[in-house]
Amino acid sequence: MEVTRNKQPPGPGAASLCLPLPQVKDTARARALSHALRQVAGIEAVQVNLARQEAHLTYNPGAISVAGVVEAVERAGYSVGRAELRAHIAGMHCASCVARIEDVLRAVPGVLDASVNPATGVATVEYVPGTADFRAIQAAVESVGYQTAHPLEQPPAPEEEAEAHAREYKSLMAKFWFAAAVSVPTVLVAYPNVSWLYAPYLFSSAISEGVVWLLWVLSGLVTLPVMFYSGRQFFTGAASAFRHHAADMNTLIALGTGAAWLYSTAALIFPRLFPAGTAEPFYDVTAVVTALVVLGQALEVRAKGQTSQAIRKLIGLQARTARVLREGRELEIPVEEVEVDDVVVVRPGEKIPVDGVIIEGQSALDESMVTGESLPVDKQPGDEVIGATVNTTGSFKFRATKVGKDTALAQIVKMVQDAMGSKAPIARLVDVVSGYFVPAVMIIAVLTFLAWLNFGPSPALAYAVVTAVTVLIIACPCAVGMAVPLSLVAGLGKAAEHGVLIRNGEALQTASALKTVVLDKTGTITKGKPELTDALPAPGFDEKTLIHLAASADRPSEHPLAQAIVKGAQARGLEPLEPGAFKAVPGHGVEAAVDGKRVLVGNRKLMEREKVDTSSLAEAVGRLQGEGKTAMYVAVDGQAAGVVAVADTLKEDSVEAIRVMRQMGLEVVMLTGDNERTARSIARQVGIERVLAEVLPEEKANQVHALKAEGKKVGMVGDGINDAPALVEADVGFAIGTGTDVAIEAADVTLIGGSLKGVAYAIEVSKATMQNAKQSLFGAFVYNVLGIPVAAGILFPFFGILLSPILAGAAMAISSITVVSNANRLRFFRARSFTRA
Amino acid sequence: MLTLVNLLGLALVAWIVWYFWLYKKEGVAVTEVAGVQEINITVKGGYDPDVIVVKKGKPVRLHFTRRESALCSEMVIFDTLGRSAKLPEGETVTLEFTPQQAGEIPFQCQMGMLRGKVVVTS
Repeated sequence: MEVTRNKQPPGPGAASLCLPLPQVKDTARARALSHALRQVAGIEAVQVNLARQEAHLTYNPGAISVAGVVEAVERAGYSVGRAELRAHIAGMHCASCVARIEDVLRAVPGVLDASVNPATGVATVEYVPGTADFRAIQAAVESVGYQTAHPLEQPPAPEEEAEAHAREYKSLMAKFWFAAAVSVPTVLVAYPNVSWLYAPYLFSSAISEGVVWLLWVLSGLVTLPVMFYSGRQFFTGAASAFRHHAADMNTLIALGTGAAWLYSTAALIFPRLFPAGTAEPFYDVTAVVTALVVLGQALEVRAKGQTSQAIRKLIGLQARTARVLREGRELEIPVEEVEVDDVVVVRPGEKIPVDGVIIEGQSALDESMVTGESLPVDKQPGDEVIGATVNTTGSFKFRATKVGKDTALAQIVKMVQDAMGSKAPIARLVDVVSGYFVPAVMIIAVLTFLAWLNFGPSPALAYAVVTAVTVLIIACPCAVGMAVPLSLVAGLGKAAEHGVLIRNGEALQTASALKTVVLDKTGTITKGKPELTDALPAPGFDEKTLIHLAASADRPSEHPLAQAIVKGAQARGLEPLEPGAFKAVPGHGVEAAVDGKRVLVGNRKLMEREKVDTSSLAEAVGRLQGEGKTAMYVAVDGQAAGVVAVADTLKEDSVEAIRVMRQMGLEVVMLTGDNERTARSIARQVGIERVLAEVLPEEKANQVHALKAEGKKVGMVGDGINDAPALVEADVGFAIGTGTDVAIEAADVTLIGGSLKGVAYAIEVSKATMQNAKQSLFGAFVYNVLGIPVAAGILFPFFGILLSPILAGAAMAISSITVVSNANRLRFFRARSFTRA
Repeated sequence: MLTLVNLLGLALVAWIVWYFWLYKKEGVAVTEVAGVQEINITVKGGYDPDVIVVKKGKPVRLHFTRRESALCSEMVIFDTLGRSAKLPEGETVTLEFTPQQAGEIPFQCQMGMLRGKVVVTS
């Protein structure tokens, strides 16, 4: 510990401060920093605690602020551990509130910076952990008359996004109701020739031309606010796109509704300029189409929110508070303030706040929300716990190992969000098309206008304008562009709910096309840990005695096979005794005195050395070895007592998972470094026919390569470390997750739960997602390819069918909602591999 | 009269082709501060500026600020970099990378309606 003090005693009103200094690791740096700080006016005493990497300062708040102290530390070349929190501020309506709240926040001791976003109502506060906390920030905000909600999660702020969506929905709906309210009377006075629709006929059967004209003028006037309030975003969007030499859906709607209004107005004011019969306004098109498209957008916003529901659910899993032990006391603090190495106390039924390792107590944890495994998992001291999982009945303490953005949950959320922002290869193709789509529609609209003008029936100009407008309105680039991304978001979210993390759209698309799945044996199909499977006693012994003796003799040994026997005995309720005269014979086995008897446990070499006659057991040993098990002889006082066998056992659901994969028509191949006999035996139990045995670790990638050469898409399943080269070589690499390490570099797909079912699920959900995306895409293309020519009037010469622009607007709105709804169907996808909902 | 309208129509078609497809945009150069190439990009119905010229080998920092609530521009995607970012309305989101070779790095919204690119020169 480095202690430095200034000469003066702490002045009156001195305050103390504790700064985390993650970079200060040795005495030299501690001394340099203390020295630098001593020069700063206002700092009265400095004490650097190397072990805790903290500086304790006494300072004069009148002369220097916390931010000033931090600045001094940073000028000296060290960074102060900073934390950031985001909180919602309610009741903020004006821009001037922003400055006031920011000022009061910055005045809180320990707050380094604060900024408030008026659009979202969220304050982002950077502060020194331990000095300022959420309560202080809350108190400051309340002191100027506003309310703060609880802190938001770190960067991925789902509530914020959901709220932004809700705001957008509300604003669009308000625009819709206004447009709809104007639409009704506009439609009712638009067609004096259609007597059943024309409202004024209700009052009088003879309406003068002057009244008709006046009503049209009124329609034109009330349609203006529809365009510039309800349809504002179309015009502003079109204008910004235009400046960028681009055109989008806004361009089409703005041109369509704008052209309809301008033509109508021109026809009203200068009827003489138009050929006879063509000077008829159609303001109703502008109002109704705006209303419909805005309604479509509003429904789209709502449905889009549901598509990303899965990730919101994931983020919502995060615990809000944690109970930590600090200075011997239990403190309940916001989860953002938990630090690595804090000891966290968890009571029955509580959520685990962060990742860590149990140091005291035991319990069973429900990890289903993260791993997809439905059964609670038993945990003991030394076992990892994952934040956001739920404790069942026990209590325990654990040491935090990962907090904030490093926790498994944060990594999962980040991975899923990154994946949702990626592109499936099929979407890249679509992008090329959508780049040409809108200008192409504009060209078609111009050509349609010219065609009707030149070749159409009378009144040619009216027909030409209406058809051109209809073409602009019916085209729906949104449906085309949204199809793949929306399905991807829904599918990736669905997979994440089951503990399957797919890295990006490309991995998902490739996974949907897999034909062959290669499974590593050890640790993938099997548990990767040997277990006691058989005990065959020689005449004169019984099974229990045999196991008990073998386990007691093996108890001091650290050999994995010996440990497997000890654990096997304990699992059968036979607690091994403490042996005497224990001796491990390397390469042979062990010998020990148990209950006054001399017990030998080991291989045949040990028995031969000790001259034990094992001929009666030869047959049993041969059979066990045939099953791929490791057999060990047990002898008591020089006499053969029996055989115990140990084997790597199957994971509970491997058989089921492989059955599902085969049902899906996948070829399943087993790859292992083990000998042929053991490999075959396991393969038989799980129903795999093709086995590649005795493959050296470095050869695995070559084997995958060879399988790819057969012309099929190959998926490889293994652990992320030993099998990394093979995972990379495969078209899709699936890594079996271990604990809290989620982002496995080599893998395209990470299975957090460690179950093979995740592989089947990943492939199933990928297939469903791609199918969904293709449906939407196909639907959108067909809609546009059929809709645009019909709108242009291609059916008119043959059947006299002409689409009204209003119908076109409805069709366009419905088509984009259909795409979103189709993607939402994926939320209800149920796979064969997981029966759980 | 009709001929004139026809000619005008065809001219309009030609203009659409030129304006939206053939027009070559000029890039905007970045400002370099302490070795970092930085630029502010406003997101509103498009990316402004939408063509950004940078030098290779030096870190590039793009500060995106979304000034609209329409959902289209909610996300910006750099497909070739494998990066993406959510752009909450009114907030500035920074994306940093160091281009290692000359070429073009396109970026776009999720639906591909809004597009821009970073042109990397050597």
